[in-house]
Amino acid sequence: MENIGALAILLAFCFAIYAVIGSLVGKWANRPLLVVSAERAVYCIWALLTTAAGILIYSLIHGDYRMSYVWEHSNHAMPNIYKFASWWGGQEGSLLFWSWLLASYSSVVVFKNRRKFRDMMPYVTAILMVTQTFFLILVAFVAKPFNVWQEGHLIVNLGDGNGLNPLLQYWTMVIHPPMLYLGYVGFVVPFAFAMGSLITKQPGEAWIKTTRRWTLVTWMFQTTGILLGAGWAYAVLGWGGYWGWDPVENASLLPWITATAFLHSVMMQEKKGMMKVWNVVLVSTTFFLCIFGTFLTRSGVVNSVHAFAQSSIGTYFVTFLAIGIALTLYLILNRLDFLKSEAQLESVLSRESSFLFNNLILLASCFAVLWGTLFPVISEAFTGEKISVDAPFFNRVQIPIAMFLMLLTGVGPLIAWRKSSVESLKRAFMWPAMAGLAVAVTLLGFGVRNFYALVSFALCTFVGVTVLIEFYKGAHAIKSKTGANILVSAVELTHRNTPRYGGYLVHMGIVLMFIGFTGKAFDKNTTVEVAPGSVVKLGSYDLHTYPVQQTQNENYAAEMLPIEVFKNGEDVATLTPEHRVYIASKQPTSEVAIRRRLNEDLYLNFAGMSADNQRAVLQAYVFPLVSWIWIGYWVVLIGTLICLTPAKTRMVWPRTQVVGIAGTHEHVEK
Amino acid sequence: MNTYWKFGLLITAIIGTLAWLAAGGINDTKTYYKTIAEVRQMGQQGMEKRLRVGGDVAPNSIVRKGREVSFTLSQDKLRLNVVYDGIDPLPDTFKDGAQALADGRLGPDGVFRATKIEAKCASKYEAKPTGVRPVSSRPVS
Repeated sequence: MENIGALAILLAFCFAIYAVIGSLVGKWANRPLLVVSAERAVYCIWALLTTAAGILIYSLIHGDYRMSYVWEHSNHAMPNIYKFASWWGGQEGSLLFWSWLLASYSSVVVFKNRRKFRDMMPYVTAILMVTQTFFLILVAFVAKPFNVWQEGHLIVNLGDGNGLNPLLQYWTMVIHPPMLYLGYVGFVVPFAFAMGSLITKQPGEAWIKTTRRWTLVTWMFQTTGILLGAGWAYAVLGWGGYWGWDPVENASLLPWITATAFLHSVMMQEKKGMMKVWNVVLVSTTFFLCIFGTFLTRSGVVNSVHAFAQSSIGTYFVTFLAIGIALTLYLILNRLDFLKSEAQLESVLSRESSFLFNNLILLASCFAVLWGTLFPVISEAFTGEKISVDAPFFNRVQIPIAMFLMLLTGVGPLIAWRKSSVESLKRAFMWPAMAGLAVAVTLLGFGVRNFYALVSFALCTFVGVTVLIEFYKGAHAIKSKTGANILVSAVELTHRNTPRYGGYLVHMGIVLMFIGFTGKAFDKNTTVEVAPGSVVKLGSYDLHTYPVQQTQNENYAAEMLPIEVFKNGEDVATLTPEHRVYIASKQPTSEVAIRRRLNEDLYLNFAGMSADNQRAVLQAYVFPLVSWIWIGYWVVLIGTLICLTPAKTRMVWPRTQVVGIAGTHEHVEK
Repeated sequence: MNTYWKFGLLITAIIGTLAWLAAGGINDTKTYYKTIAEVRQMGQQGMEKRLRVGGDVAPNSIVRKGREVSFTLSQDKLRLNVVYDGIDPLPDTFKDGAQALADGRLGPDGVFRATKIEAKCASKYEAKPTGVRPVSSRPVS
């Protein structure tokens, strides 16, 4: 079995090289059949990698402990869903997963666009397959998933395996890595199209239109992945944090930031023909940051709590990045003439200017994160001393950046293109600004003294109100025309211009998330050793503890600490935080108990027994407003999905003018 | 004033502010990676700078006393006593024999006061029986 898997990977590698050569030679020598054969090679790679992945999954689920990957990342006692998730639980498997996703994406791209962009597609295929070749070098020759244990000359079966890291045995961990990877890998496609259009000297609009939707889908996956990670950290790691500025977290944030910048600046190119060079740079940066993120996660170059194995694959990544970046830079500089801006900035008070600052700030944020993440490496190179910077550094820079971005989120969508007068700004922003101020003053009256918290709540109100006013104005206009009620009108409004109103919803979701982040300023916590029957006070909660209970199954042994929770004297819940020891890996983990409410979460962690083994160590936290982060995420998701839905006007138009459009379309293509 | 001048000034102001914030942030939180041997040699300096010291947690050295946890970090034959009194709970991977990184400052009594502990479980790959090694799959006759 493992031989077939290894062979499939090797064949896929050969096919990837063939696809690169075939599509390029076919294009240059004008041999359409060769190009087509290269496209078919792409489908073959998908089939081969699916076979390899299938074999690996089969081995994981059926427990073939002759294989080192299966032994290291799976064991008999784990539920099947975690056995399946072991596919991406370790280095070799996750690289195979990367390649498989890339193969899937490539197949979709080739299938959907093979007739549309005859000119550009060979290059797009070639760029996708160069990336594929790189990852298959790793899977086929460096980090092989199909190694077996050997003793002397014999293959041995080691019985039961080590099992997946217990911290990863949690439901979001089953979908968090695939989501992030879908995001990481997906950005290869816009990059390939951008480069393809540069090579063939097509006007920028062609690739922008094709890849915008693609970028949005990818962005959605990445957002989901990042938030699942945050939700996992919050519910599993036991300290109640959702973000710690860890290098691996940062690695996922970096391409997300540049992709967000791209999604905004792309509007400048679509509407005004500006920022063309910038957009190509952003797409390329995002792609290379994705590769860089995989490198950071997998190479152990920076110390991280994500305890992945250190390995030699780092050099391969650095080489790939260096060559890739050099070629991309050369190509962009060589094609600067085709990327000339069609318009100029006219005023500081304009939509263009707000986009410009949005991009500037996002890039500054990205750079600050990158700088902080790589600081140990940079400082060692320049001073010989390895120095790291901590969460306070990131917070100090990122919080003001976030505040400024929030302000732009409110201002940007309402300010006019080209030039806006102070008068019209006053009219548009009077009510939102007043509302924001009112909230800040009220909170000040209630005794909130945290500066950033006040600013943040004021800005959240400001943006929230601008978005609501936008919806209300539009809906009201429809209502007075059609007579439908305001909610129906709002839905109709959204349907008429999905990108715009979907975008507003995304902004609204971000506002809600920021409300949740700001709650961090009001955390309360206590750590106590408790004997059975004692009472712990925290905020408005009284926690009554019961004796520790014990339980065991074939995967882990657990101690449970039941706690009856009284809020303002009223019995509201019984929470049972657990302390588990996984049998296969002998690793202890804490299972926290959380009472989630909209205003605050009560978060209990059973940290183990005291030194004399008589009392339980209980850590209790109150986290205000955390739930709004997750609610905000759902709003962002819905907003993004609405953006992806075709707008009603566009759906109606082609139907009535289908002949004319199709005719001109073909004409243009030729 | 020319529009481009306005943009230039605004951009400079923004970048300047952020650079200033970043420089301050780095100065306040920078932590030096040191080995136990280097910490020993630093003397007075070790009490002024924030340090990050790595080593193995010496077996049976972990003692919990209320919020405080004390233990000994060891590297080869060198030892360093550490007292942790931070807010965050210790990671689950922190136990005898684990590789740990302690962040904090050296106290005047030679005991290291840590405010943050990271730990990696070192024992995972030791369970492998000796004499067994992973090889590429190949047909076995």
